[in-house]
Amino acid sequence: MSEHKQTKSGMSRRKFLTYTIASTAGFLGSGMLFPMVRFAIDPLLQKGTDTKFVDVGSVSDFGNKPKIVEFRIQRNDGWYKEKGGEKATAWVMKNGSEILALSPICKHLGCTVKWEGGGNTDVFYCPCHGGMYTKDGVNVPGTPPPKPLDVYATKIEGGRLFLGAVKERG
Amino acid sequence: MLKNTYEWLDKRLDITPMWRDIADHEVPEHVNPAHHFSAFIYCFGGLTFFIVVIQILSGMFLALYYVPDIQNAWKSVDYLQNEIAFGQIVRGMHHWGASVSIVMLFLHTLRVFFTGSYKHPREFNWVIGMSIFFVMLGLGFTGYLLPWDNKAYFATKVGIQIAASVPVIGSAIATFLQGGEIVGAQTLARFFALHVFFLPAILLLLLGVHFVLIRRQGISGPL
Repeated sequence: MSEHKQTKSGMSRRKFLTYTIASTAGFLGSGMLFPMVRFAIDPLLQKGTDTKFVDVGSVSDFGNKPKIVEFRIQRNDGWYKEKGGEKATAWVMKNGSEILALSPICKHLGCTVKWEGGGNTDVFYCPCHGGMYTKDGVNVPGTPPPKPLDVYATKIEGGRLFLGAVKERG
Repeated sequence: MLKNTYEWLDKRLDITPMWRDIADHEVPEHVNPAHHFSAFIYCFGGLTFFIVVIQILSGMFLALYYVPDIQNAWKSVDYLQNEIAFGQIVRGMHHWGASVSIVMLFLHTLRVFFTGSYKHPREFNWVIGMSIFFVMLGLGFTGYLLPWDNKAYFATKVGIQIAASVPVIGSAIATFLQGGEIVGAQTLARFFALHVFFLPAILLLLLGVHFVLIRRQGISGPL
């Protein structure tokens, strides 16, 4: 008799029950897993903190040679907030009349570059894999970095230099 | 498509016999709620296991954000609960699941007791079950400290004082649990390690034995 019914409806009772049970289990399982997965991937969907401009000194302090400035930026690291802010560094110089503030983070794999580091003259040098950049932060061909150093947004107000967000150069 | 994949794997890995060992077994009429509704009391063991699975999963996810350190524990819990999407839900699952698992475990124990299922030849599985019960209580006790709030701190102080009242070895137990002279940084680190590594490992081992024994001995007969 079941043979007969099957040809009529196109689906056996057993198959119907299997699908019903499987989809109920799937529904319950995803109801359980969805909050947990969403919880885990939250960092992917969070917006970064806005960077505010920070006073790093008088414009007249900077000359043609790159000079290191250390300053503090406010950024939340999850539940942790460093007292006084997170340390940041910039290599600042005058490029003609314009101010150029370079990020010291190597574009190869993120180590810290130093002006004339490792006894190399007239370049930024990265100690990790020997990456080099010219004075204006452009990567020297034949060394590992693929791109020029990032620059800080700059702003001059009342003779003081302010540094803002880090931007990638084209 | 699904069937072909399964067959491809089965040809190489021989899954079907394993699947049979795990899932394909006799369910007697007297434990099947479809036959006698009152047989739902036989579900509590499985429900306990289900809750334990939820606890393990939600615990793994909570550990993505939690930090077992007296400076940061409370802040990280506050952050994961209030700043992360579904944080309240995931923490809620672990929080309520902790209580529900104990309740289910207790109901399961009552069912085994009142149906006399612990009798020969299943005495040993009763002992394993009791060990599981104490490991679960241990998980509850160690997990309670981790948020590092007032309730957690004083509950642990009280718990350790109770442990310290054991004759002769009491103070040794208290020092072992505390990991130092006070309930502090070392206690938190220790309770975290116990809660996420030692006790779950023991629990899974005991559950494995519990289930193998059920399969070996079969489900106990009707009253």
